Amino acid sequence: MSGKPKVAVHKFSSCDGCQLAFLNLGEDLLRVAERVDFVHFAEAGPVEPHAKVDIAFVEGSISTPDEVARIQQVRANSRFVVTLGACATAGGVQALRNLADGGKWIAAVYAQPEYIHSLATVTSIASHIKVDLELWGCPVSSRQVLGALRALLFGVVPVEEQDKVCMECKRNQTVCVMVAKGIPCMGPVTRTGCGALCPAFGRDCYACYGPAENPNTLGIARRLEGLGLAPDDIARRFLFINNAAPAFHEAGLRAKGEAHGGKP
Amino acid sequence: MAENREINIHVPVLARVEGEGALDIAIRDGHIADLKLRIYEPPRLFEKFLEGRDYNEVPDMVARICGICPVAYQMSAVHALEGIFGAQPGSWVRAMRRVLYCGEWMESHSLHIHLLAAPDFLGYDNAIAMARDYPDEVRRGLRLQGLGNAIIRLFGGRSVHPVGVRVGGFYRAPDQQDVSALLEKLRCALPDAEALVAWTASLNLPRDDQTFTSVALRHTDEYPMNEGRIVSSAGLDIPVAEYQHHFREFQVPHSTALHSLLHDQPYLVGPLARLNLNLDKLPEQVTRAVQATGIAFPSSNMFHSIVARAIEVYYALSEAVRLLEGYEYPFAPYVPVVPRAGVGYGCTEAPRGILWHRYETDEQGLITSARIVPPTSQNQARIEEDLRRSLDAFGLASSDEELRRRAETVIRNYDPCISCATHFLKLAVSRP
Repeated sequence: MSGKPKVAVHKFSSCDGCQLAFLNLGEDLLRVAERVDFVHFAEAGPVEPHAKVDIAFVEGSISTPDEVARIQQVRANSRFVVTLGACATAGGVQALRNLADGGKWIAAVYAQPEYIHSLATVTSIASHIKVDLELWGCPVSSRQVLGALRALLFGVVPVEEQDKVCMECKRNQTVCVMVAKGIPCMGPVTRTGCGALCPAFGRDCYACYGPAENPNTLGIARRLEGLGLAPDDIARRFLFINNAAPAFHEAGLRAKGEAHGGKP
Repeated sequence: MAENREINIHVPVLARVEGEGALDIAIRDGHIADLKLRIYEPPRLFEKFLEGRDYNEVPDMVARICGICPVAYQMSAVHALEGIFGAQPGSWVRAMRRVLYCGEWMESHSLHIHLLAAPDFLGYDNAIAMARDYPDEVRRGLRLQGLGNAIIRLFGGRSVHPVGVRVGGFYRAPDQQDVSALLEKLRCALPDAEALVAWTASLNLPRDDQTFTSVALRHTDEYPMNEGRIVSSAGLDIPVAEYQHHFREFQVPHSTALHSLLHDQPYLVGPLARLNLNLDKLPEQVTRAVQATGIAFPSSNMFHSIVARAIEVYYALSEAVRLLEGYEYPFAPYVPVVPRAGVGYGCTEAPRGILWHRYETDEQGLITSARIVPPTSQNQARIEEDLRRSLDAFGLASSDEELRRRAETVIRNYDPCISCATHFLKLAVSRP
């Protein structure tokens, strides 16, 4: 149609929420469509999964044999691969099934394998292919996605925030919920990008943007313990939306007393 | 034409639906020999993840089932859990939950009408192409979607996986000035929403009346959202807790989402079913807009779903305006809850229809068992039944391309949310 950059939005195992970073843009969606050509974006209409593209946005994690093959295709056809959100970047909440004890539960799931084709583990996109840029968040925000798109179109490396949520709370002048109210908050180890929403709502950050740069998970675990949380409670805070992100995975198992022995 | 030609229609990726589905139709000797709405979206097994989680974590967990209707999951969950704990959140929380739900209906319905469904009726492949010829209509739709998102943000900080809902109420009450600012925008959009109803009714919608059973909530004095009894157009009228005595879920080989039957028959949930069963609960100005369409509701034409969705956008907007006009900053945005062991049920009207939850908790409020029945899995059997009938009525002698287009249009009437539907494979299989 034109010399416009070609963009694909691919869906893997996910809730569809990160694609909404595009579909919730409102009138800006039409403006974006003037600058790029969406050649594959099934939810919005265009279906051309095998097209060569400049940028492929990938939502969701890898949980079926078909997806393993499909993500290789996406890599082969795309100049840049950008992951959208917690599932694609770290496996997402559904990676919790990797932690199911002793495989008993998995066996129960696959009692009818002729119907359900699922892998034993749920994994991030980067465990399968080279990823050029990872956008964290459950969900990613439109600001993040447009920022990345624009930077790539200008041929520069997008800047991803790696600061802790705490830094954002300070910038927003939000009163610290942990210091002021003793609420067990994951902000000190969580990457910002959400706008530090939860503390602004007077509640605990639940780490939906994943581990920040160099997170002191041992320190926060001790602090949570000091606030009276039981080991299981502490473990669940790490093993939630980003349970398979290495820093949280390890901290969660450590809190449970299963450190080093466990594997993803 | 070729009465006895052999036709195989295979749509490997259904476009403009939420999630991953496919359609296979085999026609032999002028009859549909086989028809499958294949849902291959991988199951994510949320019911299992919920076990062992604290009740406070449930609203944040279940939101992740669906990026398009997270509020619905949060609403069914908090009502079920408050039922167990005997919590009474009071009139402020009740009203504001309704406003929040209005936001989600507006967001989800506007997205579906404009980005997913309308291109079918105007002959476009997608909304971006449609916007070149219908810029005002598409922009109006995106604005209404944006206002729905703004309502969700007011109560939850962001429109996908909002963070404001807790068992007992909300974490934070919106400031009066934020409410006033949004209220002004909502008021200004009322004519847009009214015009949307007329526009959808003016689309060239096929006529295809079918017999089906509508199922929805019904409340004594309002259009249903968070509360009510489960009723059907065939006379069913039961409390939410009795759902499992009348509805049966089962697995079919070609779908990772369970099918569901009411008294062994397919049934419809969603905007058309809701409207058919609750017409008398619409306020006067919305009723006038309904009458002006010239469509005689209750309707048995599934293609009227897009009109029903537009009517609910108008209703949700008017209802949000009505409730926010009486907004007062509360003494507390939630009631404290004391967990206890028990079983609780929640059923609310998600944009796509009734969303039923059942939880068991222990005395500390940890979840010991969860069961979730989303609307799209309930609609699957009806979609397949509809496809067989409507393609027959459309004429199986039509070209493959025409049949494929018609089949896809029929499926989109249901606004299937496949990501929602497939996360609930029952795990009660051969546990040793």
